[in-house]
Amino acid sequence: MSSIHVHVEHLTRVEGHGNIVLNAQNGKVEKIEWQVPEAPRFFESFVRGRPYTELSHLTSRICGICSIGHSLASLKATEAALGIKISEQTQMLRRLALHGENLQSHVLHLGYLVAPDLLGKDSVFPLVATHKAEVLKIVKLHRLANEMSDLLCGRTTHPITFAPGGFTKVPTEKQLEEVRNRLAYAVPDVEAVAEVILANAGKLPAFQRDTEYIGLVSKKEYALYDGDVGSTDTGKHKVDDYKNIVNEFLVPHSTAKFCKHNRASYMVGALARFNLNYELLSPMAKKWAGKFGLKPKCTNPYMNNVAQLVEIFHSAEDTLALIDKLISSGVKEEKPAMVKLKAGRGVGAVEVPRGILFHDYTYDAKGICTKANCVIPTNQNHMNIQLDMEALAPTILNKSEKEIELTLEMLVRAYDPCISCSTHYLKVDLKK
Amino acid sequence: MKPKVAFFDFASCEGCQLQIANLEETVLDVANLVDIVSFREVMKEHSNDYDIAIIEGSIMRPMDEERLKSIRERAKVLIAFGACACLGGVQRLGNNWSSGENLAEVFPTSKEIIANNPYFDNPHSRALDEIVKVDYYLPGCPIDKNEFVRVLVALLQGRKPPIPDYPVCVECKKKENICLFTIGKHCMGPVARAGCGAICPTNGGECEACRGFVSYPFDKAHTEVLQKYGLSPEQIMNRKTMFNNRHIHSASGGNPK
Repeated sequence: MSSIHVHVEHLTRVEGHGNIVLNAQNGKVEKIEWQVPEAPRFFESFVRGRPYTELSHLTSRICGICSIGHSLASLKATEAALGIKISEQTQMLRRLALHGENLQSHVLHLGYLVAPDLLGKDSVFPLVATHKAEVLKIVKLHRLANEMSDLLCGRTTHPITFAPGGFTKVPTEKQLEEVRNRLAYAVPDVEAVAEVILANAGKLPAFQRDTEYIGLVSKKEYALYDGDVGSTDTGKHKVDDYKNIVNEFLVPHSTAKFCKHNRASYMVGALARFNLNYELLSPMAKKWAGKFGLKPKCTNPYMNNVAQLVEIFHSAEDTLALIDKLISSGVKEEKPAMVKLKAGRGVGAVEVPRGILFHDYTYDAKGICTKANCVIPTNQNHMNIQLDMEALAPTILNKSEKEIELTLEMLVRAYDPCISCSTHYLKVDLKK
Repeated sequence: MKPKVAFFDFASCEGCQLQIANLEETVLDVANLVDIVSFREVMKEHSNDYDIAIIEGSIMRPMDEERLKSIRERAKVLIAFGACACLGGVQRLGNNWSSGENLAEVFPTSKEIIANNPYFDNPHSRALDEIVKVDYYLPGCPIDKNEFVRVLVALLQGRKPPIPDYPVCVECKKKENICLFTIGKHCMGPVARAGCGAICPTNGGECEACRGFVSYPFDKAHTEVLQKYGLSPEQIMNRKTMFNNRHIHSASGGNPK
């Protein structure tokens, strides 16, 4: 019998550095490992001593792709610690910014990183020759989502306008209306791209592994900006109780902080949100979920890609509704709320494209950060990726090494991992 | 023949490479001008044969140092891409502690695993030019995508890339912004390198000098202004260190040229 060795060093078309190692002998898996050798940057250590006004700007630098979400989780933690109340308008503008990030990130992931797998190419560049019209539509949608983020945040990556208590600059009604109109006109483009993905959805492996799904939940809406923590296994929990949900722990011979809750692992991200909050999706999002046969609870991690597509429709429709609401109530030139300093601790949670994100800060009486903890979605997913691989690998050993490699790569890519973010995850094989 | 370009990243948020994708349609023009032979974030194809290496991220560990040196050996031109590569990034604030202290704060219960582990070998942030020769610098956190195109085009035409060496105040005045000092805010604009279009003050934020300082900053005068407007020595130090801890730690440390 043959031996199989798959070693993907620095997996491509994901954010950050990750390796996949598979060794199999005589049809048996000897080793399957998802490794992350990313350098630690020590955010939770170096924010100590910095003033509350800086925290969202510093921690946005944890991740370029989710910088809006990191800023918002950071602000929510700071506002909870210092007892700062924000206006209804600020809430709505933040929700819009989060939709902007969700749109740009999902379009980038599906259009630039996943589509090449579905269409049998190594990257988006060869697709320009074979699928030019579709690529240009994806670029157009990406531009629109980015310009929406520019308008709300001052720029797409590392928001400028976000401050504790509000915005340093608010968009005008005219600018919001322009985004609204452009987005309304772009919906047919989203549908055209979705059709291409639908036509090639058969390339997504039909792998299933039931797990626990965790994300924000709310009675009022498909929760992204606010809510309680929901689990498909155990129901609702308070955000402040997050440490009992994420249960960061160490395993022997590994430096990773793993997360587990009710089982050996859990999953966060678009598919988790879909499984928890399906009923609250917008009409078009539900319609497209139906076209793909995606129903809660779906236990195929590859379908996270499709859940992201469904969320693109939801974010687009909810953006239109939010802008209408903002314009009908009139956009005011508000200043951020006044801050009265006091010592305290606060936890903030938001849903970012890759799943639920927690920031937890303690401040002294002068508003200086003394302790910080950030729990990143990709960290919460790593154990689930590992267990998926362990379940999947034995079933695909009859394929060629190239196909095995692609199947495993596509699995990791489906999670849309953001490895730079996951500051703690470092799994090392110390056996020599 | 088109020059071969490769992108690499070290410790960073990868937000600077994201700005390439954010060029939208223009990225197709860039792909026409140069041959992108390696760009892990967006393509599976990879080649070790390249002319221009564009590198994001700061260098944290000996293993990163080795990888950077091997890239330097292969590349004819090496570009430091963004604040992490040019200055060490915000993570350079971590250098205020020993790597042992940082490890103990972030991984409090894993001492045995960290010991003798190359992934945790004395991590502390350094800019690229503290380890290898850097030919050109593209500053900013994140980089400005339009400046990237201007620099690339200049390189292809054999011109010196046009990176401004005047303060952000110049661009802020051109934008007709009200000076932040007059409305109770404080700003690094007088000493910070321009080129961003004063994007932060224009959006109600304060400049943090993410593009580093100009070559000859009037640092003392700026410090006096910050004092005059009521900042304590700690507050002044916070402003200067957010992106420029490099200069505070080493008075002789070079500016991005």
